[in-house]
Amino acid sequence: MIFTIENIASMVLGGVAAGMVLFIVSVGLSVTMGLMGFVNLAHGAFAMLGGYIIVLSMRHLGVGFIPALAIGFVMTAAVSIVFERVLYSRLYKAGELDQVLFTIGLAFVFIAALTVFIGPENQPLTLPPELRGQLDLGIVQYRTYSIFLIIVGVAIVIALWLGFERTRFGAQIRAAVDNRRMAESLGINIDRLFAITFGFGSGMAALGGGLGAEFLGLDPQYALKYLVFFLIVVAVGGAGSIVGVFCASLIIGVLDFVLKKYLPQGGTLFIYALTILLLLWRPQGLFGKPS
Amino acid sequence: MSAPTVFDHPAARALSRRHRLRWWEPLPWILALAFYFMFPRYLGFGTELLIMVLFAISLDLALGYAGIVTLGHAAFFGAGAYTVGMLAHHGIWNEPISSLFIGAAVAAAIGLASGLVLLRTTGLTLLMLTLCTMALLEEAANLGHDWTGGFDGLTGISIPPLFGLFEFNPLFPKTQYLYVLGALLICFVFVRTLVYSPFGHSLTGIRENTLRMHAVGAPVRTRLVVCYTISAALAGIAGGIWAQANAYVNLSTLGLDRAATVLIILVLGGYGRLYGAFVGAVAYMALSHFLAKVYPTAWQLGLGFLLVTIALFARGGIIGLGETLMARLRPKLKPKPPS
Amino acid sequence: MTAALLETRSVSKSFGALRAARDVSFKLEEGARHALIGPNGAGKTTFINLLTGVLPPSSGEVLLKGEDITTMEQAARVKRGIARTFQINRLFRGLSVLENVYMSVAERVGAAPQMITPAGKRKDVIDESMHLLETLKLADHAHLTITGLPYGRQRLVELAIALGLKPVVLLLDEPAAGVPSAETHIILDAIDALPKSIGVLIIDHDMDLVFRFAKKITVLVRGAVFAEGTPKEIGANADVRAVYLGQATHG
Repeated sequence: MIFTIENIASMVLGGVAAGMVLFIVSVGLSVTMGLMGFVNLAHGAFAMLGGYIIVLSMRHLGVGFIPALAIGFVMTAAVSIVFERVLYSRLYKAGELDQVLFTIGLAFVFIAALTVFIGPENQPLTLPPELRGQLDLGIVQYRTYSIFLIIVGVAIVIALWLGFERTRFGAQIRAAVDNRRMAESLGINIDRLFAITFGFGSGMAALGGGLGAEFLGLDPQYALKYLVFFLIVVAVGGAGSIVGVFCASLIIGVLDFVLKKYLPQGGTLFIYALTILLLLWRPQGLFGKPS
Repeated sequence: MSAPTVFDHPAARALSRRHRLRWWEPLPWILALAFYFMFPRYLGFGTELLIMVLFAISLDLALGYAGIVTLGHAAFFGAGAYTVGMLAHHGIWNEPISSLFIGAAVAAAIGLASGLVLLRTTGLTLLMLTLCTMALLEEAANLGHDWTGGFDGLTGISIPPLFGLFEFNPLFPKTQYLYVLGALLICFVFVRTLVYSPFGHSLTGIRENTLRMHAVGAPVRTRLVVCYTISAALAGIAGGIWAQANAYVNLSTLGLDRAATVLIILVLGGYGRLYGAFVGAVAYMALSHFLAKVYPTAWQLGLGFLLVTIALFARGGIIGLGETLMARLRPKLKPKPPS
Repeated sequence: MTAALLETRSVSKSFGALRAARDVSFKLEEGARHALIGPNGAGKTTFINLLTGVLPPSSGEVLLKGEDITTMEQAARVKRGIARTFQINRLFRGLSVLENVYMSVAERVGAAPQMITPAGKRKDVIDESMHLLETLKLADHAHLTITGLPYGRQRLVELAIALGLKPVVLLLDEPAAGVPSAETHIILDAIDALPKSIGVLIIDHDMDLVFRFAKKITVLVRGAVFAEGTPKEIGANADVRAVYLGQATHG
């Protein structure tokens, strides 16, 4: 294959767009793992739930894409807060094994429930006409939807970063990630903080589930199919770090995209090997705080 | 009689006798033999079940005793299965028992190599590393078509008769069943000996309080690596038998599905308890065998609820529940202080 | 001149900009009853970690009986006789009291790597563990799991595990911390009864405890040795009083 500017540009755009979806799904997982120390293997299930709400509300209620995303975010966040308060909160002090079992179990329940009520088949996302087709960027023509994903992703990371760094709530989260006991003694309401963060993280996952449905697909197996990728993003970026998740998502998104093109056989192998090497070098991930 | 010694103290007596065989311990083996005679049509199912018991016991050693939380134990099961399968398929070696030893050695080597680097880490990182190592092996098996058969795996593996006498017949797996049972018995006796030894006791110590084990001068990482390697070897034997009994090997031997299944089996029965593997495998396999075929979705739903319930309310699994019940029913034993 | 039992020479430890130990030169003599005191954040825990080998010093040397052990790992130091207890109980909570002590005795006598002999057949280890529990008046509780034990007794098990290593140096990190006052005496009695041959370093800020046991006191402030002397000297030292009174009024 020839390395022309068009080639490189289209690969970067495709990879970055995929990376943005990875980021939007994984950021909640990263923050809950960093903040609560909770290994949440049901995170993919919340992304899936959100994806279903978004796709089905568009199809059956005739809601537009953007309002559907908002509905997906709010409903998934609300559902997840109920789960957090009623079930997750009982396991904060438990070991990883119990958390792993509990969340795998929860993912199974989601998978089975969606299979029964909606069906085992893939639910295609119908994009609004203005997001279909190609966009001329001067150097290269590229899919409008990918450009849209990149813009949305950048907007979200800026908003999250500002929210994390500049608001009182963000400061409380950062304090609690750094030192939970200290934060508690400063009068931060940890229960409320956890619930809101968890809900927000699941809401983000819902957005990612909907936005990514176009190329990741959306069927009941989604909950576990991509989980390893989401976990890798969190582990590589460093649990609890927004910048970390963003960088890891971009690296893995682009890498996966490029490798699929040039090394369709061994691409995934390469990513696993790289992850192992990175974690051996920096167990806390690229931007995580050492324990 | 001599003067009372410290061994008259109930604590010392309990500790010095805990490795002794209890009356009910032959039961699983008697039941397994009874199954052979009573359900000749279900021996294929029985073989699969016993293999999972062996696999779950190997996991119990690492997870239940040493507290190594791994999501990638199928890596060793698959390593054993592929070693045995590839050797036989490519006509290099197919004598069943020695093949198992080779499979165990390969799995142990992978366990040792990965354990040396992985067991420096804990928590989420360790979880991820075990998962990635397994995924890496799975991808490698997927890619190495010429050797592994790639996505389709290797079929029609021919295994010569055991001791030159007993045929491995996939349709009437009588030989397979007794063969697994024998291997399971040997491996189980080994693991049982190990967990009641001072070494096993120190593994429990690492699980209960790693920091304190460092402070009493224990070479913690060495112990963990040794335990992980032994556990990998046993998982490799389970995988090797799986390949021989089914006469094929494919990617299902080293995927997340199998790793999750063995974890669920162990936790369902009760981990860190030796017999949890038996109870869990019987409960899981029976349910999945009869329920999953009729109502696959209901099976997954039920399994999900079961896991959630165990994690929240019954961390000791079925055996743990039994122990709690027994303790409630039986009046509490009063400790007798030594005179 | 004979070497001190345990000695540090100008030991320093920095965590980034924070200097948790500054140029600490310290000697623990054979059979000593020595106390290390200091206000919160004085670097007492860091100092223990430097002595036990949990942390490597940024500079300086640690010597045991004159032998340089600065780079020696924790396990090797334990084998040479440095044992410690923890400020917060670090016990094997699911096991019985006897099994807890068995853990350290088995490690010391080299039984722990054995894989075939049952633990219950190492009668020597059980015997020694039980005798240790008897001397600490814990024998009646030997069969109980840690979780079923009152906190004061749990502190005793802390001590028993350390003594199972037959240490020559024993570092006691706030041995009576968190023990209800009604039970404090059992800890105090146990420390009183420690073999005279062991060099004991008590790290605490409970002044009653320190002045009761220590023949010598070292005061650590902001990572550096602030004062050293007999309890009488330290008690009369106006600067030390100022440090502690300042601490008391402000925090």
